[in-house]
Amino acid sequence: MSQPVELPRWLDLVVLPMVNLAMAFAVSAVVLVSIGQDPVQVLVLLVKGAFGSRAGLSYTLYYATTFVFTGLAVAVAFHAGLFNIGGEGQAMMGGLGAGLMALGFAQTLPAWLLLPLMVLAAMVFGMAWAALPGALQAWRGSHIVITTIMFNFIASALLIYLLVNVIKEPGNMTPESRAFGAAAQLPGMHTMVGWIGLDWPRTPLNFSVLLALAAAVGVYGLLWRTQPGYALRAVGHAPDAAHYAGIRPRAQIVRAMALSGALAALVGINEIAGVHHRLMADFVAGAGFTGIAVSLIGRNHPLGIVLASLLFGALYQGGAELAFEIQGFSRDMVFTLQGLIVLFAGAMAQVAAPGLARIYQWLRKAPLAQASHG
Amino acid sequence: MRAIEKRFGAVHANQAVDLTVAAGTVHGIVGENGAGKSTLMSILYGFYQADSGRVEIEGQPARIANSHDAIALGIGMVHQHFMLVETFSALDNVMLGAEPSWFLPAARAQVRARLETLIRDTGLAVDLDKTVGDLPVGARQRLEILKALYRGARILILDEPTAVLTPRETEQLFITLRTLRERGTTILLITHKLKEIMALADAVTVMRGGAVVLDSAIADTSLDGLAQAMVGRHVHLGRAADATPVHAGAVLLRASRLQWRDALGVPRLADVSLALRAGEIVGVAGVSGNGQSELLDALAGLLVPQAGTLEIDGVCFTPTHWLRPDRARDLRIAHVPEDRQRRGLVLPFAAWESAVLGYQQRPRYDRLGWLRQPVMRGDTATMMERYDVRPRDITLRCANFSGGNQQKLVLAREAFPQPRVLLVGQPTRGVDIGAIEFIHGRLRALRDSGGAVLLVSSELDEILALADRVLVMDRGRIAGELPIEQCSVAALGRLMGGADAAQAAA
Amino acid sequence: MDEVLIGTLLASTLRVATPLILCALASTLSERAGVIDLGLEGKMLATAFAAASVGALSGSLPLAVVGAIAVGLALSMLHGFACVSHRGDQVVMGMAITMTAAGLTVVLGIAWFQQGGQTPPLPDAVRLDLWFTGAAAAMAHLPLLGSIVGIGLLGHSMLVYVAFVLVGVVWWCLYRTRIGLRLRATGENPAMVDAAGVSVLGLRYLALAGNGVLCSLAGCYLVLAQNPQFIPNMTAGRGYMALAAMIFGKWHPAGALLACLLFGFLDAAAIRLQGALLPAALGGGAVPVQAIQALPYVLTVVLLAGFIGHAYAPRALGLPYVKER
Repeated sequence: MSQPVELPRWLDLVVLPMVNLAMAFAVSAVVLVSIGQDPVQVLVLLVKGAFGSRAGLSYTLYYATTFVFTGLAVAVAFHAGLFNIGGEGQAMMGGLGAGLMALGFAQTLPAWLLLPLMVLAAMVFGMAWAALPGALQAWRGSHIVITTIMFNFIASALLIYLLVNVIKEPGNMTPESRAFGAAAQLPGMHTMVGWIGLDWPRTPLNFSVLLALAAAVGVYGLLWRTQPGYALRAVGHAPDAAHYAGIRPRAQIVRAMALSGALAALVGINEIAGVHHRLMADFVAGAGFTGIAVSLIGRNHPLGIVLASLLFGALYQGGAELAFEIQGFSRDMVFTLQGLIVLFAGAMAQVAAPGLARIYQWLRKAPLAQASHG
Repeated sequence: MRAIEKRFGAVHANQAVDLTVAAGTVHGIVGENGAGKSTLMSILYGFYQADSGRVEIEGQPARIANSHDAIALGIGMVHQHFMLVETFSALDNVMLGAEPSWFLPAARAQVRARLETLIRDTGLAVDLDKTVGDLPVGARQRLEILKALYRGARILILDEPTAVLTPRETEQLFITLRTLRERGTTILLITHKLKEIMALADAVTVMRGGAVVLDSAIADTSLDGLAQAMVGRHVHLGRAADATPVHAGAVLLRASRLQWRDALGVPRLADVSLALRAGEIVGVAGVSGNGQSELLDALAGLLVPQAGTLEIDGVCFTPTHWLRPDRARDLRIAHVPEDRQRRGLVLPFAAWESAVLGYQQRPRYDRLGWLRQPVMRGDTATMMERYDVRPRDITLRCANFSGGNQQKLVLAREAFPQPRVLLVGQPTRGVDIGAIEFIHGRLRALRDSGGAVLLVSSELDEILALADRVLVMDRGRIAGELPIEQCSVAALGRLMGGADAAQAAA
Repeated sequence: MDEVLIGTLLASTLRVATPLILCALASTLSERAGVIDLGLEGKMLATAFAAASVGALSGSLPLAVVGAIAVGLALSMLHGFACVSHRGDQVVMGMAITMTAAGLTVVLGIAWFQQGGQTPPLPDAVRLDLWFTGAAAAMAHLPLLGSIVGIGLLGHSMLVYVAFVLVGVVWWCLYRTRIGLRLRATGENPAMVDAAGVSVLGLRYLALAGNGVLCSLAGCYLVLAQNPQFIPNMTAGRGYMALAAMIFGKWHPAGALLACLLFGFLDAAAIRLQGALLPAALGGGAVPVQAIQALPYVLTVVLLAGFIGHAYAPRALGLPYVKER
């Protein structure tokens, strides 16, 4: 039976995730070797594909943007002691909100007004979709993990229903809306860079990347520098102490989930308003689950999440390149690695900790403090 | 059991304890919290191993490495917190782990037959087919006894059995225990209820501070004798002989007829009324678990009683609109909780973050939602300075402070805004001697400046050193109230041991 | 009333419900012992892939089944290692298994069979038999019930009948044997089980072992009875639907069976009701198929919220057991 061990802060926040990451990579390397690939070659090509060109870098950042949103969503809920697996559904709802706003008003409102409204609409939809399971947990005791999973499926059904029956362009076979008017389109990076006279390849990278950075900074500020963030973290760490402090856990749970949903919803802005410029069915494509991996490796801290998102963005982009370059390679290797990361950084996180502690003690020749609990 | 020694780190839980129990008798083991009686019995039941010493059962040396060894030797234990599966029937609960057959219906039939005989012989009536969740507390306890007897217990250990029972259920339990004694079962009764010991036991051992202080047949001792032994001779710490008599001022807080039953229906607060006046320290004595914690929680706004009222500064609270912790702080009531690690601090937070716990929405720290970190840090440094919290590092996580320093931090925080009423539970638990003096000084200073202090403590020394008047709680009610001059050890001991006020004063 | 329609509806229901039933039983076992299992989806995928690959490579049905069971057991034991022996988070572990299995099955599939992740179609010899086909044909000619029974109940793959039998077996094990009693107690009050001298770890691992085998049977069904091959992500969320069914069935094998049948029926009915018109009282218009598809999930949420009765999970569910001394 493993005992809870108190690692020094820096070990816990930096070294342990790296160790877990290394283990996941090691297992992936084994898989690669077993199917006849050369792990080193794969790694080199992956890095080249992700960072080796401006286009590649842009794609990496574009993917990373989505992961920052879903990663932050998971992290915020986690700080309140909740596991939000509903990122998929909340992102879908966010896209729906943005899309409805765009379809409704693209002809009547100017971009500088419409785009912020779309962001707002996306966040409101995502917030609602997450707050409902949150309220059910807080007031009815319904296990939030189960309800958020269910809500993912319900969101998918709802989105498809609306796309097929209500929003679809008549005459079009695929379930997607008509293209948005120009006012509803977020400027792409190539456009924005063009404003200052420089040249940039045309990629899906768009303004949302700046939103993602702003969100990361905002979440940091909120959680660690504001009173609502203080209350949220207190409830997540110590519900009894929070109650003692006059904080109402139920309200905090709903608030945390609402914020979480709003963050996940911004994926809709990246994909719908920034890239596809139309509402479609499968624009989330598993980003909610990647968000879980990102948050676990990033230790639920905005800085870690940004870095982890870059890592996963690189994996996705590099993986796509690899699928072209190497015969028999597919993106599914990246999904496998993603699952392994969740395995090592999430479920098995504590398995490595005692070993790490012993190595540290041996190196330092100093005993570690046992946490003074209970 | 001979020469039993047991240490838990720095705590010497059992010192050279000798215990001899005659077969077929009821033997009481009496003491306050922390006296070492639970540890001793846990060693007997195999939960712990003694550091040294030996145990003999019926003349044979016994090795008890775990509870199965104990059961094999005929020792059964009924815990304070029942070990039952609430969704199963009573029958299944008795059977679990000792089923006579792999096929349940057959096993149940066999067990039922044996149990019904047992029930007839002992008078322990339990409806075997009822779900435990539907059984009242008294029945659950009978079930636990049946469980032990079913496994062939000849020595039965009961840990504070009457703590959750109504007087009627207590009577029924006594009848059962007498029947069992007649059948030859040896019964070890851990309790602090002296009256019950005098009524039921044949012999008694009193423990205090880990050692045995009295061991005699009941016929050779008395209620007073037991009370004296249990509570001991206390030195009035730091009480100046010529202290000016305190004139308590206006009533700052008045609680009337508070009642609260827990989820099992056990009354934890039974008609409690008290008033706190400016310039006094009121001590609440009594063995832990008799409602003191619930009283503190109710007055701090953490627990809503089912009946009763609370009046503070002209504002009246009723169960439908009870006090909340934030409102309490607005009314200048501060609360140092008994469980400082779970409630008083957020352990993963840094000291400067926990230092505003409860006050985080005050304008001093919260400007339009933004936390004023420089002020928080500055105040933390001040608090740590005032109460000598070590190490003086405001960024250190609360979990990394020693228990004593954590306590000082909580006290510092609660005293900082100069409250008018301070509710404090176990203020010096785990704190070193020097700091105890300091903390006592601070509490007196608060009293002298016109505040009121409600002090709950299981350390009678502390209560006697600080309090101006003493309330003793027993079974959720205030058993008696004595001004400090009348607090003799005997009187307090008797109140704590379950006597009522009239008998104690005699 | 069109008996053939009822018969085909019944047949579809049973076929859709079978993997659900097997997974729901698996989940019931593990959750009754106190271990949350969100890896049903992943285990179904992994075992389906194992059965399909081993079947394609070896041409032997028994080997395919053995392969699937081996993989299922391995994954369940991994779950146990991380969560029962090492206090890992059970929810996260389940997600990890699902995510890894989803990726790894395709990676290996492409590497071994070069068909974009699919496995080659299995010949009939390797697939599961249909039972009672003779009786089915005979009954189909009888009036009235003939079609319903003949088409609906008979002539299914053997695993369908095995699944129903297994419901009874699991029920019997949980409620009529000593081990079952102890297992259920482990999910409610593991401290009491420990104090009674029974190994909590042992029971939880046993439950996980049963869980692994049952999931493998579900995976086997997918490739040995339903489709002739493994297709990437062929489970399509059914692992989660089985979880929902278990909860809807209140953690009881019989309840899970009924819930699975209900969900299976909804799935079967969804296709047929497409295009059908709602009565005017409900607003008219076409029945939205997505509404029916979402209905199992909506019902589960409603149940969890306590609006149609209460679903009480085992008390100690999700909590790693630590000896408190």
